Amino acid sequence: MRLRLSILLILLVAFSLVASAACGDDDSSGSKTLTLVSHDSFAISEDLLKQFEKDNGATVKVLKKGDAGAMVTSLIFSKKNPEGDVTFGVDNTFLSRALDADLFVPYSSPLLTKVPNDLQADGSNRVTPIDFGYVNFNYDIDALKKANLPVPQRLEDLTDTKYKGLVVVENPASSSPGLAFLTATVDYFSKDGYLAWWKAMRANGLVVVDSWETAYNTNFTLKGGKQPIVLSYATSPAFEQMFAEPARDDAPTANILPPKGAFRQVEYAGILRGTKNEALARKFIDFLLSKAVQEDIPGQMAVYPVNNEAAVPAAFDKFSKVETAPAKVSAAEIASNRDKWIADWTNTVLR
Amino acid sequence: MPIGGSAPRQARRMDLAPWALLALPLAFALLFLVYPLQSILRESLVGESASLADLRPLWSDSYYLERLWFTTWQAIVSTGITLALAMPCAYVFAHYDFRGKSLVMAVVTIPFVLPTVVVAVAFSALLGPSGIANSALLQLPGVEAAPIDLSNSIWLILAAHVFYNVALASRIIAASWTTIDPRIGEAAAILGAGRFERFVRVTLPQLRAAILAAGSLVFLFCFTSFGVILILGGPHYSTIETEIYRELIFIFRPPLAAALAMIQLAVTFGFLAVYSSLSRSSGGAATAQRTRVPRSSREAALAATVIVLLLVFTAAPLLALAERSVHSSGGYTLEFYRSLGENVRRQALFITPFRAIWNSLTFAGIATLLALPLGTLTAYGAQKLRPRLGSLVEAFLLLPLGVSAVTLGLGFIITFDEAPLNLRETRWLLIVAHTLAAYPFVARAVSAQLRSIDPRLREAARVLGEGATGVFLRVDLPLIWRSVVVGAVFAFATSMGEFGATLLIARPEWPTLPVAIFRYLGQPGELNYGQALAMSTILMAVTGAGFVIIDRLRVRQLGTF
Repeated sequence: MRLRLSILLILLVAFSLVASAACGDDDSSGSKTLTLVSHDSFAISEDLLKQFEKDNGATVKVLKKGDAGAMVTSLIFSKKNPEGDVTFGVDNTFLSRALDADLFVPYSSPLLTKVPNDLQADGSNRVTPIDFGYVNFNYDIDALKKANLPVPQRLEDLTDTKYKGLVVVENPASSSPGLAFLTATVDYFSKDGYLAWWKAMRANGLVVVDSWETAYNTNFTLKGGKQPIVLSYATSPAFEQMFAEPARDDAPTANILPPKGAFRQVEYAGILRGTKNEALARKFIDFLLSKAVQEDIPGQMAVYPVNNEAAVPAAFDKFSKVETAPAKVSAAEIASNRDKWIADWTNTVLR
Repeated sequence: MPIGGSAPRQARRMDLAPWALLALPLAFALLFLVYPLQSILRESLVGESASLADLRPLWSDSYYLERLWFTTWQAIVSTGITLALAMPCAYVFAHYDFRGKSLVMAVVTIPFVLPTVVVAVAFSALLGPSGIANSALLQLPGVEAAPIDLSNSIWLILAAHVFYNVALASRIIAASWTTIDPRIGEAAAILGAGRFERFVRVTLPQLRAAILAAGSLVFLFCFTSFGVILILGGPHYSTIETEIYRELIFIFRPPLAAALAMIQLAVTFGFLAVYSSLSRSSGGAATAQRTRVPRSSREAALAATVIVLLLVFTAAPLLALAERSVHSSGGYTLEFYRSLGENVRRQALFITPFRAIWNSLTFAGIATLLALPLGTLTAYGAQKLRPRLGSLVEAFLLLPLGVSAVTLGLGFIITFDEAPLNLRETRWLLIVAHTLAAYPFVARAVSAQLRSIDPRLREAARVLGEGATGVFLRVDLPLIWRSVVVGAVFAFATSMGEFGATLLIARPEWPTLPVAIFRYLGQPGELNYGQALAMSTILMAVTGAGFVIIDRLRVRQLGTF
């Protein structure tokens, strides 16, 4: 009897679960649906997105596909029958791969006039720049003070034995900021000199980890780790102040930004070839470039806007202002040298 | 029932019966494993963006051979240590009842569902430079620098693999240990066998199937290890699985990734086939036994020591993590939990913790319910086949254990994108992925136990007039029940923690707890970090509660036959 009862109970639970999962599967109520394929970090204010939906009589669906690399791979494999109409989040380290696969329909947004020329990818506008950020070293202000260490000013300083074992970077063979920064060092030290610096860093106890998440959340002294100097983003100090708990007026971290010591990462949007909603996809790209969205995304995604009319949060100006020139490496240069740089770096630093 | 008359009919039916049982699992595996895998492998090897020159490093560089070697030996060593530690735990779980036992068993199983990033944070919260252990040791006089140095190393990889798997192995072995008839051991004792001899010659042979089943699951978990290697091992270590991910996502050499995925699959298949045939030979005499409270103080001391050591090893990092989730730089606070439900940034696609919990539970619930029949049918069907064929079929059906998650996820996207199987836009694809990852655990747990059932028990039941259903309900089910429950626990856990294939096929409408955790961990700011830890603690609590409930699903009446 007990056996039958429990089987009955299990079946009952099963049916209610399946039923609850099955209903509401379809939310297409006649209106158009625009599907955006993006990476995990995509974020935007609900009000803005709702307004776009209302203005265009459409529903926007956002598919998140892991990090930028996973997203590009998945776009390439599904290009015969793409999962979405428009994509956001391809950056200049992965751009060539996406362009080679011919994923995009070109579109020249009228709003591009408000975007500085050097942020635009190429003349044919296959992709549209939406935001940018800098990959560079951050330091834990209190930790350096406590250890009585001066703030390093140039990348060369970090090979000093004072900083032995105090620097953590991401592996360029598995992490997007890692690769971005390796590229910056090629420009900073020149093609012939960058490996010597990395070699000296290795001798000085450089710590290499797989991803930004590990470097920042496990190794960084701010989170209870051992290294007070971490490879992160220029916006990280601002975010540390904006999302401090308990609230505070200053930032616990700051940037190390020598000239050419940061890599500028530009994120692009593109209309996916094969979309049946091209007109709507164009409107969405205009929407992403609009002043309202450009002023929204800094606080959502920790990036700088490309639209020169857009203001950034006050914390960005205070703690994350970038006044020095970043490293200059073109997407084409990255594409043709990426594999060699990673292989040489791996041989120098890891093997 | 006229026994003589039904015999020839039965003989003919016996040939088809196993295939009838296997039809469902085979159809499921062919449709959702083989079909998407062959599409993605073909696309990678001969598709538009494929260049076969990418395959060259495979033979021109000894690097990949070294990776295969490392992948294998670290998995073997991890499995050995896990089994060695699991044996005493299994003994205690199988023999003694004590207050809070199901809670202890739930807690030690929790690591199984945690994303590696979270485990890394937990280890660091406990053993890192400013972790609980070092802070406590620094209070001692004479201790200047943090004494425990937890840096990336092979030891950390091994420790993490044991941390993840010790409960799995203990539970599978314990489920089998409870059904060993003590009278055999008693008889051996009367015949003069010592304690050690009885263990080696009576107990071990009867546990053999369960130890092999547990060992094979742990081995494959470690063989396909991804997060542990990348995050805890550091940049000097990599397995085939991490290389596949790197080649597919980062370097983008799809042919090389596909070749590596096939190598991983082939090794898995060979390994499973050998294991399956090894574990077949155990003849059993299982009967359902009851556990009891420790009788002597020596027994109590033994049980307590084992349990405490197990808890220190598995629960301490979890507690350290939970402690951090209520601790900000300003002192103790519940702010991280409070703010979880609050959309501070007014974000679109905001995930409330309740939604994430509900989604995770729904997916895990459905996946477990689907995995139970699939796994049980796999175990039953394969056992009824001729031994060699049965091993091959079972190895094939257990292949989801060795498949590269990212490869399969991509396969899903490019395969189920059109009618009639346009699953890409439904949540069913996610459920299918979870079920695929979950049912081998049920199959393994059940098949180990099935092999130890004395066939004479079934014959006796038949003689007493029971039909096939009656035999199953009155003989098999009571004896395999604990193993079914163990299988269900790990099917549930696998689904709660699934992140690999989910990464590429997740639907925005249905974020799960691991997805929510990753979203918070991805941004700087103490609030985001704290919220990730709060969400992880919720994942631990919800999963632990799920384990306790599943464990209670035992039918008392089945306890005796």
